[in-house]
Amino acid sequence: MSKIPESLRYSSTHEWVEDLGDGRYRVGITDHAQALLGDLVYAEVPEIEKNLQAGTVCGVLESVKAAADLYAPIDGKVLERNEALNDSPQLLNEDPYGQGWMMVVAAESSAYAGLMDAAAYANIAEA
Amino acid sequence: MNPAVTETVNDSIFAHDHHLPGQKLPTDIPEDLLRKTPLNLPNASELDVLRHYTRLSQKNFSIDTQFYPLGSCTMKYNPRIAHALASLPGFARLHPDTPAPAMQGLLQVLWELQEWLAAATGMAAVSLTPAAGAQGELAGVAMIRAYHLARGDTGRNKMLIPTAAHGTNPASAQMAGFEVIEIPNLPDGDLDMAALDAHLGPDVAGIMLTNPSTLGVFERRIAEIARHVHAAGGLLYYDGANLNAILGRVQPGQMGFDVMHLNLHKTFATPHGGGGPGAGAVAVQERLRPFLPLPTVLQEPHGALRWMSIEDLPQSIGQLSAHGGNIGVLLRAHAYLRRLGRSGVGRVSAYAALNANYLLKELQRLGYQAAFPERRASHEFILSVSDLHKATGVRALDVAKRLLDFGIHAPTIYFPQLVPECLLIEPTETESKATLDRFVAVMAQIRQEALEQPELLREAPHHLPVGRLDEALAARKLDVSAAPE
Repeated sequence: MSKIPESLRYSSTHEWVEDLGDGRYRVGITDHAQALLGDLVYAEVPEIEKNLQAGTVCGVLESVKAAADLYAPIDGKVLERNEALNDSPQLLNEDPYGQGWMMVVAAESSAYAGLMDAAAYANIAEA
Repeated sequence: MNPAVTETVNDSIFAHDHHLPGQKLPTDIPEDLLRKTPLNLPNASELDVLRHYTRLSQKNFSIDTQFYPLGSCTMKYNPRIAHALASLPGFARLHPDTPAPAMQGLLQVLWELQEWLAAATGMAAVSLTPAAGAQGELAGVAMIRAYHLARGDTGRNKMLIPTAAHGTNPASAQMAGFEVIEIPNLPDGDLDMAALDAHLGPDVAGIMLTNPSTLGVFERRIAEIARHVHAAGGLLYYDGANLNAILGRVQPGQMGFDVMHLNLHKTFATPHGGGGPGAGAVAVQERLRPFLPLPTVLQEPHGALRWMSIEDLPQSIGQLSAHGGNIGVLLRAHAYLRRLGRSGVGRVSAYAALNANYLLKELQRLGYQAAFPERRASHEFILSVSDLHKATGVRALDVAKRLLDFGIHAPTIYFPQLVPECLLIEPTETESKATLDRFVAVMAQIRQEALEQPELLREAPHHLPVGRLDEALAARKLDVSAAPE
C-alpha cells in the first residue's frame, strides 16, 4: 500500500499539504497519485505570486501513461516553486513527500484545518 | 558530373545540364549568422534511399499487414475502390480555383455527401470544410457560442464534459473560450444525472457527449440528458468519434443532439492514424444552420451548384479552409457511402458491434475481467488486468508489448483513465472470425504466461527489431535534433 505520512494533511484530489509555520504550507502530490500516474516526465507548477483557488486546476502533470491536471488543494498564493522538477520530474516518483515537493504557498490556517488527515485520506486512496 | 567532359566534348546535350549553377551568397548576411560547418545532409545514392525507405516500410505495423484492434481509433479496412475513385484525374487534376460552372462534377459529389451525411445523422445541414476531427470540434463549439451570442444570451461560458467523453473535447471547448466542467460517470458507465443537474444553469452553454462513450457502452439516458440540457437553455454536442457503432441504427439527431462532427477519415474509408489529412465535417440542426463554417456547397433553385460565401451566410463562424476542406477524404467518403448504400451502412455498425461482443465474451471466458461486465459492448470494450497486476505484477503495458511478439498491434492502453490497468479493444467490422479467433488464442497464451512466467511479459517484446524501450527516459531526455551530438 502507498505511504501516507501522519504528519501531513490531504486533499481529495491527491495532494498533500505540510504546515511549515507562519502561514506557509508546502504542497506536493501523494505517493498514491504518483503510483497511479506512473513515470512522470513533465511537471508544470504555477508561477510565483499566482493566486490559487482550492479544487481548481493550477498546473499539469505528464507521465508516460497520461496527462493529468494538478489541482490546488488549498486557497492561497504561491511563494516558492520546486525548480528542480524542471530537469528531474522523476523526483515526483522517487520522493513524493521530500525532494518531489511542488510549491510553497501562503494560506490561512483554517483552510489547512479543513483538509483530510492521513486516516481519512487512506480511505479514499485505498478504496 | 565531371566538368572536364563538358569542356572537351562538343555535344549540345551537355548544354542542358539540369544542375543549378553554384549561387554566390548575398553579401548582406551578418557574419555571425553564417554556418561555420556544412549542413549535415545525407549523401546517399537514389537506390540506397529507396531501399532505406522500403526497409522502414516493411517494419511498419499497419492495417494492411496486421490485426490492429486499437480502441477508440477504428482501424478498419478502407476499401481500395474508394481511393481509386477519388484518384480519377477529373478530380485529382482539378484546380481548386476552377470557376464553379466548370467544376459541377466535384460540386455535385460534395453536395450529395452533405445531403447523405445530414440524412445519416438526422441533422438538417452539413459543412464539409473542417480539415480534421479537432477542427470539427472547434467549429462545433464555436457555433454553440455564436448561437447563444446571437440571441443576446451572453452569460453562457461553461461547457459540461463527462469523464467518459472523447479526450479531445476539453481542449476544443477551452480553445473556444469556455470553462470546462467535468461531469462524472456512474460505476455502470452512464452519466451521473444528479451531477449534471447540479451544474445546469444560465451559465452553461452546452454539453459535449460521445455516445457510445469511450467506456465502450451506450449512454442509455441520452433522451433524458437532452431534455434536461435543453430545458436549461444549453445545446448538445455529439462527438462523432464512435459513429462506427451506431451508423445506420440510431441518429444523433434522434437522440437530441444539436451539433456534431464526423471523422470522415476514420469512419468513411480514408487510411488514418498517420497524422492526416483528415476531414471533420460538422452537422447541425436547423437553428444552427446560419452559423455553419464556410465554404459549403449550395444548390441553386435551377439546379446549378456553387460555393456559399459569407454573403450567403453572414452569421457563419467563418472560413475554415481555402477550398472546401480536404477534398480527397471527402471523395473517398462519398464513394464509400455510395458503395454501401442504405442497408450496407447499417451492416457496418452491426458487424462492428457483433465482433466486439464476440471478442469480449471469448476473452471473459479466458478469465479476463471486463470493466463493465453487466453491459453489452458497443463497437469496443474495456478489459482491466488489475487482477493480473495484483497477482504477478504484470501490467496492461506488458500485455500490450507481448501482443507485438505475435504480430498483433497493441490495443489502446491506460485510456480511458477511469479504469485502472485497462486495455481498450476495438476489432472493427472488417475483421474475419478467423482473425478474431487467433487473437483470442494469443490472449489465452498471454494470460497463461502472465500467471506462470510474468518476466516473459515484463521484458517483451522479444521478436521485434527493437526491444523494450525506456519510455520515461525517452520523454524526459527528448532528443529531436538532426545534428549528431
